[in-house]
Amino acid sequence: MKYTEDDLKEELKTKQYEYGFYTDIESETFAKGLNEDVVRAISKKKNEPEWMTNWRLEAYRGWTKMKEPEWANVKYQKPNFQEIAYYSAPKKKPKLNSIDEVDPEMLATFEKLGISLAEQKRLANVAVDIVMDSVSVATTFKKTLAEKGIIFMPISEAIQEYPELVKKYMGSVVPTTDNFYAALNSAVFSDGSFCYIPKGVKCPMELSTYFRINEGGTGQFERTLVIADKGSYVSYLEGCTAPQRDENQLHAAVVELIALDDAEIKYSTVQNWFPGDANGKGGVFNFVTKRGLCETNAKISWTQVETGSAITWKYPSCILKGNNSVGEFYSIAVTNHFQQADTGTKMIHLGKNTKSTIISKGISAGKSQNSYRGLVQINSRAENARNFSQCDSLLMGNECGAHTFPYIEVKNNTAQIEHEATTSKIGEDQLFYCNQRGIDTEKAIALIVNGFSKEVLNKLPMEFAVEAQKLLEISLEGSVG
Amino acid sequence: MELKDKILSSYVAFENEMDMNSDIHEIRTKAFENFEKLGFPTKKLEAWKYTSLNPILKNDFCILPNKEVSVDLAEVRKYFISDIDSYKVIFIDGKYSSFLSETTHDTIDVCLMSAALTKPKYKVVIENYFNKIAKQDNLTSLNTAFAKEGAYIYIPKNVEVQKPIQIINLTTGAEIATMMQPRNLIVVEENAHVQIIERHQSLNSNAVLSNVVTEVFVGRNATVDYYKIQNDNLNASLVDNTYIEQKTNSEVSVHTFSFGGNITRNNLNFYQRGEHINSILKGITIIEEKQHVDHHTLVHHIEPNCESHQDYKGIYDERSTGVFNGKVIVEKEAQKTNAYQQNNNVLVSDKATVNAKPQLEIFADDVKCSHGCTIGQLDDDALFYMQQRGIPKKEGKALLMYAFANTVLDSVKIPEVKKRITKLIAQKLKVNIGFDL
Repeated sequence: MKYTEDDLKEELKTKQYEYGFYTDIESETFAKGLNEDVVRAISKKKNEPEWMTNWRLEAYRGWTKMKEPEWANVKYQKPNFQEIAYYSAPKKKPKLNSIDEVDPEMLATFEKLGISLAEQKRLANVAVDIVMDSVSVATTFKKTLAEKGIIFMPISEAIQEYPELVKKYMGSVVPTTDNFYAALNSAVFSDGSFCYIPKGVKCPMELSTYFRINEGGTGQFERTLVIADKGSYVSYLEGCTAPQRDENQLHAAVVELIALDDAEIKYSTVQNWFPGDANGKGGVFNFVTKRGLCETNAKISWTQVETGSAITWKYPSCILKGNNSVGEFYSIAVTNHFQQADTGTKMIHLGKNTKSTIISKGISAGKSQNSYRGLVQINSRAENARNFSQCDSLLMGNECGAHTFPYIEVKNNTAQIEHEATTSKIGEDQLFYCNQRGIDTEKAIALIVNGFSKEVLNKLPMEFAVEAQKLLEISLEGSVG
Repeated sequence: MELKDKILSSYVAFENEMDMNSDIHEIRTKAFENFEKLGFPTKKLEAWKYTSLNPILKNDFCILPNKEVSVDLAEVRKYFISDIDSYKVIFIDGKYSSFLSETTHDTIDVCLMSAALTKPKYKVVIENYFNKIAKQDNLTSLNTAFAKEGAYIYIPKNVEVQKPIQIINLTTGAEIATMMQPRNLIVVEENAHVQIIERHQSLNSNAVLSNVVTEVFVGRNATVDYYKIQNDNLNASLVDNTYIEQKTNSEVSVHTFSFGGNITRNNLNFYQRGEHINSILKGITIIEEKQHVDHHTLVHHIEPNCESHQDYKGIYDERSTGVFNGKVIVEKEAQKTNAYQQNNNVLVSDKATVNAKPQLEIFADDVKCSHGCTIGQLDDDALFYMQQRGIPKKEGKALLMYAFANTVLDSVKIPEVKKRITKLIAQKLKVNIGFDL
């Protein structure tokens, strides 16, 4: 019997989130709810110094005065912040030197995700700082990094071991009062990654963390701090998948990047959290604050591939403070079914001769809504600033929406700004051309989508590019007929 | 007294003069209540993020100007396009000037809103069209509450109007500060064709705030060319709210030339109710000193196979600020829509500011939509090339800017208007050349 498109459609409709499973690891979870005592308890649990506890409390007090932002082009049932448990950590907290000591159950989990730690360690030359439910349980390649003087560790340990660095930089780019979710994160963050690259050091490998949300009913509040000292270079990867769950899960992370003079940070993300099922039930709420600060001649480059989450609210930004600094943003956001994404970037030009590039590709299918929201701001002292923005949207089906909200604010007459946006669908003639050459429709679409996203995919490190390409195909399967 | 309170209390006096039994009374009352609730827009509203009315709202505006002032034709003639024959509807301080005007009831109606709102002859048209597409936002509601006078234009089926219609609002400055609420209604039936020129002008330096609402209904196969010339003095502010509804196969173009004024805000809204519609929105902005021009456009594509073309050019000198906020909505039924939006800006001085927000909201998949936005400077090489050939720097610059704005000027269909605009551009760029080299 002939396998028709309708069959495919049917098959895909019933196809469930492949990565939806639940690892049974005993974990210690706080009672639900949030108040000053909970903040204190988290801090105590982590054995934090007093300044840290106070910092958290200040953030918490700020948060209580804030309102949830409503300007984003997304609709959802607001989470009840008193219904969330703010701390959960695997009870067995092993400090491991080799992979063999890791809980075999957890290893199996990663095996299912296709990110076999063992394999990665052997083949990919990637140091993975695995974060499972907020507490790091395994760190690899630490020794290699230590030789170069690179610090790469869970932020909770960094608070103990390098309090001066943490104190100086944490909150310097994303202040605790920055926004509702950043304040919440500052008050209750349980763990995350800390990375410091010393002067003039070029990090020899891609640093990488995998975030997962595991324990039922817990929010995950990650905090990442990357500091690249003068003249250094680092490429940082972040990738995620989450188990399937009916109840909406909240994720409010904060990422701060600091690139000192002549330094370069490349930050790549592949995000594939549970997007909810075909009826829009469940899925992760992803409210993330990511921002980088560039000093003189520094460069920060954000690359993201967003395919998951029910709601995405994410604007990786660059503050181009130093002269000649460069900010880049490359993004692919794919939404299917009932997903909603409101994502983009902010490029704040403060220094002279600063440059920024924005390439954003939005692909919407099913009943999803995909928005690009960006700001390019040239301040009056930013002589000869240059920006190029391009946001393209691809629509599949007439039940989805694509929106662009670019804000351009220019206060200097030497600035050169270009912005262009297009919206289109996959052309019938393009498909016909492929069909003529013996490529079936489904493959042709994958091919065209790949071509559409190429500019961004090319910016990803090799290991990620393959994974990302696969993700694009999975998340768009069955969206065209 | 706060301006809003003053308006609220003036409304009682205004209502006393009006016919309480007319159908319009209800519309007015509702609009008034709406304004009372909403008040003036603030920067907190997304639509007013880049434009603050606060500095001008401090003026002690006279809400219901009542002085009869006559003006000399010789004095105001220069504000008309006078080298062609045209119909004219002219208001002085919001009152109709029969002396300056040239109206008609011969097959078409070019006359007064006040007549249309009260005479039974126009009742059907008013019932069908008045306040039907105007948004219920704050300033439009304010205008509706005080709606009394303006131009009323009705073009019946199959009529091609032979000469353009000029709508001109003059303010004499008899009061220290005047607030105007002109209200225009333009109905163009099937197959008809009309050209309209609109201008607001104050005659001395007293503060003026004109809050204009114009509703335009365009029938099947009809064509409307609308030109808005804004070249007022530094104390005159304008909020222009234009709402245009188009039916199948119609074509409407609106050209907005913003060369002056204190704060100028153009809310231009297109609603496409039919197929194969073409909407054209073009504008040239050349401003200096502390002037502020904000173009806020909306094109709502509701049905399939329609087009829209937007092209706005801006040249900003000294401390001026420009805003472009263009929004295109494509509904999911509106397949095969082609929507283009282009916004190019040149900053001449280092104190000038441009804020742009080109916005697309698209729900249909088979569409071609694009927007482009640039902010930059004139090409130094081109300037050098001209200087090499003996064209002085100032004139060279002016030529480049003229060329930059020319894509908008090209589509002006009335030669006299084109000539006038070209002259105004030369004046704004402070050169004495004709540009038709």
